[in-house]
Amino acid sequence: MKINISKIIIFSFVVFLLFIFWQGLKKNNSYDTKSLIGSRISNFQLNEINNNNQYISEEDLKKNKFTLINFFASWCAPCRVEHKYLLNLSSENNEIKIIGINFKDKKNNAINFLKELGNPYTFVGKDVKGKISISFGIYGIPESILVDSNLTVIKKVVGPIDQAQYNEILKLIQ
Amino acid sequence: MKVIFFYIIACFLITISVHSSEDENKLLKVYKNLRCLVCQGQSIADSNSDFAATIKLVVQDQFNEGKTEDEIYKFLTSKYGEWIIYQPIFNKNNFLLWALPYALFICGGFIIFLLVRKTKHSKVK
Repeated sequence: MKINISKIIIFSFVVFLLFIFWQGLKKNNSYDTKSLIGSRISNFQLNEINNNNQYISEEDLKKNKFTLINFFASWCAPCRVEHKYLLNLSSENNEIKIIGINFKDKKNNAINFLKELGNPYTFVGKDVKGKISISFGIYGIPESILVDSNLTVIKKVVGPIDQAQYNEILKLIQ
Repeated sequence: MKVIFFYIIACFLITISVHSSEDENKLLKVYKNLRCLVCQGQSIADSNSDFAATIKLVVQDQFNEGKTEDEIYKFLTSKYGEWIIYQPIFNKNNFLLWALPYALFICGGFIIFLLVRKTKHSKVK
C-alpha cells in the first residue's frame, strides 16, 4: 500500500488544530489574579496621608506576621460595604495588621470617611496619582492583598470583602 | 549674524521636536501592546479608563528613568501576569505559538515540492 505523505501531514495538522481549539475552549480567558498568589511584593515606599515625612516600606511590613493591604477611597461605595469587616479584623485579631492606601482621593474626604466609619488601619498611606497601586497589581478598588512576614501574597481580594472572604482570611491567618 | 543665530535656534528646535516625537512613538508602541484589564477588547492606547491613565503614567515614568521596553513589560507582567501584554512572550508555554508558523511554512513548502514533483513525473510518463 502506497503511503501518501501529503495526506498524512494534512490529517495530522487538522487533528492538531482540533486539539488546540479543544484546549482553548477549556481555558478561562477572563483576567484573574490567581497567578499572583505566591509572588512577593517589593520596592515600595508609602507616605502617610497626613504627614509626608512619615512613611512605611517593605521592611516595616516584614515585622508583622500578616498584613492586609487595603486600597480604599471615600468616593468608592463598595469600600463602605467592606469597612465593617476590616474593623472586625483589626479589633478581633492581633495576628494581622491592616494598612490602608487611600487611592486617588482628597485628603479631607478620606479623613472624614475614616471619622465616620471608624479607622481599622494601623497606617494610612496615600496614592494620589494611583501609581503605587500598579506596584501592587491593583486594577480597581476596593482591592485587598494579604501578605505574610516574607511579603509573599497569600490572598488577593478583588472587590469588597464579604463574609465569605472574611472567613477565608481568618482561616488563612490561623 | 542674525541669520546664523536663527539657523542654530531652528536646528535646535527641530532636533528637540524630532526626539520628542520619537519618544512619543515608542511610548505609543508600548501602550498599544498593553491590554486594558478593565475594558472590553481595548488597549491602553485606545482606552480613557482610569486604569489606562494610571498605566500610561507609570510607563511614562519608567521610560523617563531609561528603562527599556522589555523591562517595562517585565515589570507589568510581574504585577498583572502575561495577560496584560498582547504580544505573547517567548517562553516554554508559548513556544508552539511562535514556532508553529515557521513549522507550517516548512511543511507547506514540502507539500508543494511533493505535488510539483508528482506532476512532473506524471507528465514524463
